[in-house]
Amino acid sequence: MTQTDTPKLVFDTDWSYAPAPETVPVQIDDRYGLFIDGQFVEPGDGKYFDTINPANRQRLAEVAEAGKADVDKAVKAARKAYDNVWSKMPARDRGKYLYRIARILQERAREFAVIESMDGGKAIRESRDVDIPLAAAHFFYYAGWADKLDYAFPGKVPDSLGVVGQVIPWNFPLLMAAWKIAPALACGNTVVLKPAETTPLTALKLAELIRDAELPPGVVNIVTGAGATGAAIMSHPDVDKVAFTGSTEVGKAILKSIAGTSKKYTMELGGKAANLIFEDAPIDQAVEGIINGIFFNQGHVCCAGSRLFVQESVADIVIRKLQDRMQTLIVGDPLDKNTDIGAINSKPQLEKIEYYLKVGQEEGAKMWQPTCSVPDSGFFCKPTLFLDASQSHRVVQEEIFGPVLAIQTFRTVEEGIAKANNTPYGLSGGVWTDKGSKIFKVTSKIRAGVIWANTYNKFDPGSPFGGYKESGMGREGGLHGLKEYVSLN
Amino acid sequence: MTPASPTTSASLPDLSKSPTIDQVGVEERASRFTKRSIKKDSKLEALKMVLSMIDLTTLSGQDTPGKVKQMCYKAKHLHDAVAGLPHVAAVCVYPTMVHVAKKELEGSGIHIASVATGFPTGQYPLDVKLDDTRKAVADGAGEIDMVISRGRFLKGDYNYVFDEIAQVKEACGEAHLKVILETGELSTYDNVRKASDLAMHAGADFIKTSTGTISPAATMPVTLVMLEAIRDYYYQTGKMIGMKPAGGIGNAKLAIHYLVMLKETLGQGWMTPDMFRFGASRLANDVLMQIVKQQSGAYQSADYFSND
Repeated sequence: MTQTDTPKLVFDTDWSYAPAPETVPVQIDDRYGLFIDGQFVEPGDGKYFDTINPANRQRLAEVAEAGKADVDKAVKAARKAYDNVWSKMPARDRGKYLYRIARILQERAREFAVIESMDGGKAIRESRDVDIPLAAAHFFYYAGWADKLDYAFPGKVPDSLGVVGQVIPWNFPLLMAAWKIAPALACGNTVVLKPAETTPLTALKLAELIRDAELPPGVVNIVTGAGATGAAIMSHPDVDKVAFTGSTEVGKAILKSIAGTSKKYTMELGGKAANLIFEDAPIDQAVEGIINGIFFNQGHVCCAGSRLFVQESVADIVIRKLQDRMQTLIVGDPLDKNTDIGAINSKPQLEKIEYYLKVGQEEGAKMWQPTCSVPDSGFFCKPTLFLDASQSHRVVQEEIFGPVLAIQTFRTVEEGIAKANNTPYGLSGGVWTDKGSKIFKVTSKIRAGVIWANTYNKFDPGSPFGGYKESGMGREGGLHGLKEYVSLN
Repeated sequence: MTPASPTTSASLPDLSKSPTIDQVGVEERASRFTKRSIKKDSKLEALKMVLSMIDLTTLSGQDTPGKVKQMCYKAKHLHDAVAGLPHVAAVCVYPTMVHVAKKELEGSGIHIASVATGFPTGQYPLDVKLDDTRKAVADGAGEIDMVISRGRFLKGDYNYVFDEIAQVKEACGEAHLKVILETGELSTYDNVRKASDLAMHAGADFIKTSTGTISPAATMPVTLVMLEAIRDYYYQTGKMIGMKPAGGIGNAKLAIHYLVMLKETLGQGWMTPDMFRFGASRLANDVLMQIVKQQSGAYQSADYFSND
């Protein structure tokens, strides 16, 4: 049967969902300073920049831009807090503070979720059900380790490192802050953290929360700014360890800037993950896994399953089901509880995605989008497939960081594995098959840090996360993540 | 009479080709439908749609013509205090009560469904089951809810189950056939999927989850597996098979979750009582209570809603 004479399902139904906006009120100040030594202070040179809501381009607040002198002040505060308070405090008490942060975060979860969606554009369903609960879970998890470090590393004596400089991305703003801050504090380090310039608000709200939790001043310092601020933190001579999550390009620049120093580092960089669907896969669940893999958080996910490989014998049915499923995705207001795909994080990112949509078509891949409507008030992009893609296409090779899926087929298990590995990245991957032995065979041969079997984009604080090859070095989460913040003697 | 060879042109599909079902995945997907927030007009519309899809059911050893008469009146007049309400899709009774319902529902547009084939266990000889079916149809049942022989299915005797359905279908004549898989006794989603494929190929007009006498009865994941089987059958043949979750859907909120699942799995063509039914005895009153709440802004006491 050909595509044209097959029966078609109609998802544009007479019965439709009324708008269901999340209505929890939130307090966003007009202006935020830098959180240094336990209080908000003005930046030295008085510069501020706007942070906007990408769903409607409206200004939410203005935020301080930290210069070199401000970063230096933050590092000094962190050093003082490390020397005088935090490194000397009984480990059990460090844990107590972390538990307190986790609990307050849970209590204020809805407020954080709303601000996360306003500032970053992600659907409230995800910030409410994934980002904020997971962030709290990370604080709980590492709070538990604080006084048990001797058991984490049997036979070794773990020591804290000192001052840690951390720079995080805009795709999971609060969650990434939690991934960075929680293990660092649990191990007895102090922190200077910079959130991304497009999504600073939840980190600043976290600063308020940390202040309210009466964490000793200087243990956590949060400074806002763009690339130059981040570079100043990473290359600061009194920072003992740097942790970065972001693009491979910036990661490489950071590594150059710290070459020759004794700084420890973890880098969690880009990805272009392969999601492999074998012919014996549970097909309907695999289709859902493809959706979660690439359209979760508008595809702004370093471990997104952006390269889909489908075994040829099931390619037609998988693509057909995928397209039907995509017809039911709701693109729109991030604060609407029914929204599946929210706003693209920023104008430059939308331009980057649109550039790749053009590139893909010029390369000859067949572009497909559902018929859904998209608001014109802000930065939005329809979920997109590129059919008939090949390994030589740039849309297959390069990280787009948007809701764009390149689809290729393969014939044998070996070919699937070879194609999955044919990339400079190696952060994650997915394997779909009902056959257990195939799961073990394939997952052991894919060179990536995280590989999901019959699921995708599942995270847990107890599970390490990190990349092979140009996707980074070091691990976050679990015991592995703890190890990155201690020296073992 | 022994089970003969298939009496229709249909043939048993290769059930080894039925897609496997990942339990974690299907349960996750089903739970995602429950995250949809249905408010205001959308909710009111959904509630009325739910009412129009109900198979109002009484299947008890205590059933009498009196009880059935009362339920039939309720089917026609769900809650006369509110204007513009639909009537239910059908009433569902035992074969001995069909003639009573027939008389009561004449000209109402409400269908008469009868369980048959040795409901609920199906542990009867085939000729008894066929007679049971013919009698119910002759008395006026427009829809037959049959049960499959789960024991035979679990034993792997797929041909027997297939032939049985095909023969009941033939005995139905013009009446629509709903095939009850009794998913609570099939144990795995893979089995539910296989039984769905088998029933559709054998001639089912509807596939139905449960008798309501076994726990678990209808659940969202099990219904999703069946909806996906219906979708695949539609992809392959262009034939639209109906779906009836039955048992365990006791409140309006859950029923709306089912509608969301239906909308996002099969779409417009199935959003009608012709293609989707709720088998329920308790659901209607909760839906009515929600409708009154939507319109008046306050919940009324359960005593304002009739129990027939």
